Amino acid sequence: MKCNRLVDVGRRQFLRGGVLGVAGAAAATVMPAGQAQAQTARAMLDYPSTKLANLADLKVNEPMDIGYPDAESPGILLKLGTAVEGGAGPDGDIVAYTVLCPHKGFYMSYHAADKTLNCPGHFSRFDCEKGGQQVWGHATQNLPQFALRVDDKGDIYAEGADELIYGRLSNVLQG
Amino acid sequence: MAYKRNIDRLPIIPAGAKEHNVTCHYCIVGCGYKAYTWPLKKQGTTDSNWMGEDLSKQQGAETEAWYAPSMYNVVKQNGADVHLVIKPDVNCQVNSGLGSIRGARMAENRRSDVTGSQKQRLTDPMVWRYGTWQPTSWDDALDLVARVTARVIDKDNENDLYVSMFDHGGSAGGYENTWGTGKLYFESMKVKHCRIHNRPAYMSEVHSSRDMGVDELNYNYADYEVTDTIFLVGTNPMECQTNLFLNHMVKGMQNGAKVVISDPRRTVTVDSCEQVAGAENVLHLPITTGSDVALHNTLFTYIADQGWVDADFIAKSTFQGDVAVAADSAYPASLGSFEAARVACKMSLADGAAATGLTEAQLIQAAEWIAKPKEDGSRRKCVTGYEKGIIWGNDNYRAIGSLLNIGLATGNVGREGGGVCRLGGHQEGYYRPSDAHVGRPAPYIDQLIIAGGGKVHHIWANDHFKTTLNASEFKRVYNRRSNMVKEAMDARAGATREEMVDAIVGAINAGGLFVVDVDIIHSQIGQAAHVILPAVESGEMNLTSMNGERRLRLTEKYMDAPGSAKPDCMIAAGIAQALERVLREEGRTEYADQFKGYDWASEEDSFMDGYNKGNPEVTYERLRAMGNDGVLEPVTGFADGKLVGTNRLYEDGVFKRHGREDGKALFCMGEWRGWQAAGKAQQQANHRFLINNGRANMNWQNWFLDQGNEFVMDRFPVPFIQINPDDMADLGIKAGDMVEVHNDMGATQALAYPEPTAKRNETFMVFGAPNGAQGNIVNPGVNELILPDYKHTWANIRKISDATPASAAVSYKSWEVEL
Repeated sequence: MKCNRLVDVGRRQFLRGGVLGVAGAAAATVMPAGQAQAQTARAMLDYPSTKLANLADLKVNEPMDIGYPDAESPGILLKLGTAVEGGAGPDGDIVAYTVLCPHKGFYMSYHAADKTLNCPGHFSRFDCEKGGQQVWGHATQNLPQFALRVDDKGDIYAEGADELIYGRLSNVLQG
Repeated sequence: MAYKRNIDRLPIIPAGAKEHNVTCHYCIVGCGYKAYTWPLKKQGTTDSNWMGEDLSKQQGAETEAWYAPSMYNVVKQNGADVHLVIKPDVNCQVNSGLGSIRGARMAENRRSDVTGSQKQRLTDPMVWRYGTWQPTSWDDALDLVARVTARVIDKDNENDLYVSMFDHGGSAGGYENTWGTGKLYFESMKVKHCRIHNRPAYMSEVHSSRDMGVDELNYNYADYEVTDTIFLVGTNPMECQTNLFLNHMVKGMQNGAKVVISDPRRTVTVDSCEQVAGAENVLHLPITTGSDVALHNTLFTYIADQGWVDADFIAKSTFQGDVAVAADSAYPASLGSFEAARVACKMSLADGAAATGLTEAQLIQAAEWIAKPKEDGSRRKCVTGYEKGIIWGNDNYRAIGSLLNIGLATGNVGREGGGVCRLGGHQEGYYRPSDAHVGRPAPYIDQLIIAGGGKVHHIWANDHFKTTLNASEFKRVYNRRSNMVKEAMDARAGATREEMVDAIVGAINAGGLFVVDVDIIHSQIGQAAHVILPAVESGEMNLTSMNGERRLRLTEKYMDAPGSAKPDCMIAAGIAQALERVLREEGRTEYADQFKGYDWASEEDSFMDGYNKGNPEVTYERLRAMGNDGVLEPVTGFADGKLVGTNRLYEDGVFKRHGREDGKALFCMGEWRGWQAAGKAQQQANHRFLINNGRANMNWQNWFLDQGNEFVMDRFPVPFIQINPDDMADLGIKAGDMVEVHNDMGATQALAYPEPTAKRNETFMVFGAPNGAQGNIVNPGVNELILPDYKHTWANIRKISDATPASAAVSYKSWEVEL
């Protein structure tokens, strides 16, 4: 199966057209609630708290497409099925990552068999069970992971990122 | 959890920031980068910045308007703190904006007082005093170096001074620095006991290619883009020359080139070629390790027998007759004509298959892809790249010679889409007086030191402890001999300089070794040193080098040196001046006069004293104007405000690298003869596992900066050894377990990394690591002309412990992409 190659027009189009333009992606793309712009000059970025999904929406090892901190920043929300360090939720197994490769910004695809994100541009790959550690590749950082909070109702919120997201010099766009 | 910087925004480069040309100081490809610096209290904005882009918006893939946290730092420039961004240059032909996992961390791997990065960098000279190293001035340190050195050298007798000196470009090498050290040791002195950074003697890695008339860097990277077949032998460019692969080889495959890869293991390169070209266009030859000569001779025989040769080229450009150079101790194989080589190298498909472990069908397919004319009768273009798999492999001279035979026979040298070239390690940057006095074969320095040779050892950015062969024994002896001097110095604490020099000389005459280490960090061999002198890298000085297609560029100085560190050429000048002064004081006037001529004010003066004298068109000013595309050597002129270079060597079909007046290339007449280096067959017979070894994508060479880089050390806290999972099960080893790799030479350690594609009983260990030197278990056996065979090491493996917390935290998944 080679449906995720670089020549896949749909994936390339994503980069130009924003998250809503993606063809064939999972249906539950989530938009942030409000404008994600820093309002005041404070020492740390203010990240939006964005509801991504409810626990009931997630199926094990089936990533859900998300946009965080805003719609222009594609990512996935994923229930791994086994607890991992840094995993959220009652089972400690829910994680969320950007899907833009930190090397050159190509849109990565999820390989369910070994729970990795893989880049069609230059073949880097990242381990979703190890905090997004680059298994092998060209990026000079591990994959930005989104901090998650799950409330009493099972709603899952994203509230931050731990590395710079490709294509923006501020994770929360400013300007 | 994986290491994260938790940097979620970066200062924006303002319009008007200073822009500097930078060639990556790591691998031979030499990707172009731009270094931007600007005052600490200034910054660009989303709508006013260096790009003139609207940075309030998400940028697309491959944008020029983004940089990673690893590309940022705060450094000193003319004494003031400045922001620094070093990012790939989209306009450089070499890399077209691509950055590797190594080069794109250059900024982060600069020393910074503000961000705390690379605090391991040396800042001041240090002298062994009061039982440890004490910081001191240059004058004090150089005086001690000169006074002790002067006691063991004399005019026409410098054999007790041993020198280990880098000969590479990039990093802290380059034309300036190889000239500085070269002038000191080969002009002012005639030092015979010397070696190079990665090998235990002072000699070529590719004697046979040069003896056959062919310089080993003869093509243009663009040849990969227009060829019919890419033939890769003992090389792994996706990891070791990353952007040569991604920016040139990939384009070749996209243009229809097939790929033949000779390598005993399935590397990431094999997988990447299959991803790009389709598995049907990639032929991996997983040969029996060390059987390269058999493979090449079989292919050569078959290709010649089929008549798939370039008869015109052979007639016009190669030697006609029988034997041109007869084999002797300086020539490990006879060299001669095409027909003579056919006779000498003759190997049937059946014999070739038996020796290499390949099928006859695989051999035929490889020969067809390399040499069979196309359906319309036109010749097939084939470019050949080789590197350490055969350079540090079995029977170096014949392995390279037999490979070049194929390129010459098919007319693939000096032609578009051709070339038979090293892929290389560091960049090059060699300009020195003649080394003819060293002799051929050159002395095997590391073994001489083990045998008690030498009294004073000057080391220039070599770390034998991490990278030499027979390293276990070398370290034992070296520590003992250098400790004799430390103990003598400790016993005379408080003595005058004169008394201290007497004490040191007493110790070295009793078998001790006085060690002067010039480096950018306090290296492992530096732990044995008595004087440590801090050097700088490119960017901290102006530095010129050439890449694997002979592309010469100037990296402009963009930041201050750490502390009082200096360029190596200026340190060499300082040693020369101190020696001149001491020798004059001692009344050795005639000898002192040999050390005149080092009144350089900067590295540019060294460049003008050396490289410019041989290449008078080339100046810093002109190179600066040529930017990151530079000029391809040799430079032949200057016209219309530009340096004029040489696109490809040997386009005229005249070969002179061997020095022959007739300009004819020679063929190598070397038959396959099994293991060449001593002790290999015996070690193989007595141990279960092949410990193949080499570089990996993530870290640069012996990890000298990467050992202080959290991103790297988080991924591989201990060097990895890739083992077949069934072998691991046999030994009761789990992923991440610490294992000891041990044999008759010594032992080392690694973390076990399961690799399903590894052949049973054949492992691969990353080399040169600070905390698990693979060289500990490599035997001292060398090929003819003192070429080490690091690749052929056998050992047993035992578990030391379960994974440490650091090792347990990392990923052990496959390196092969899944798309």
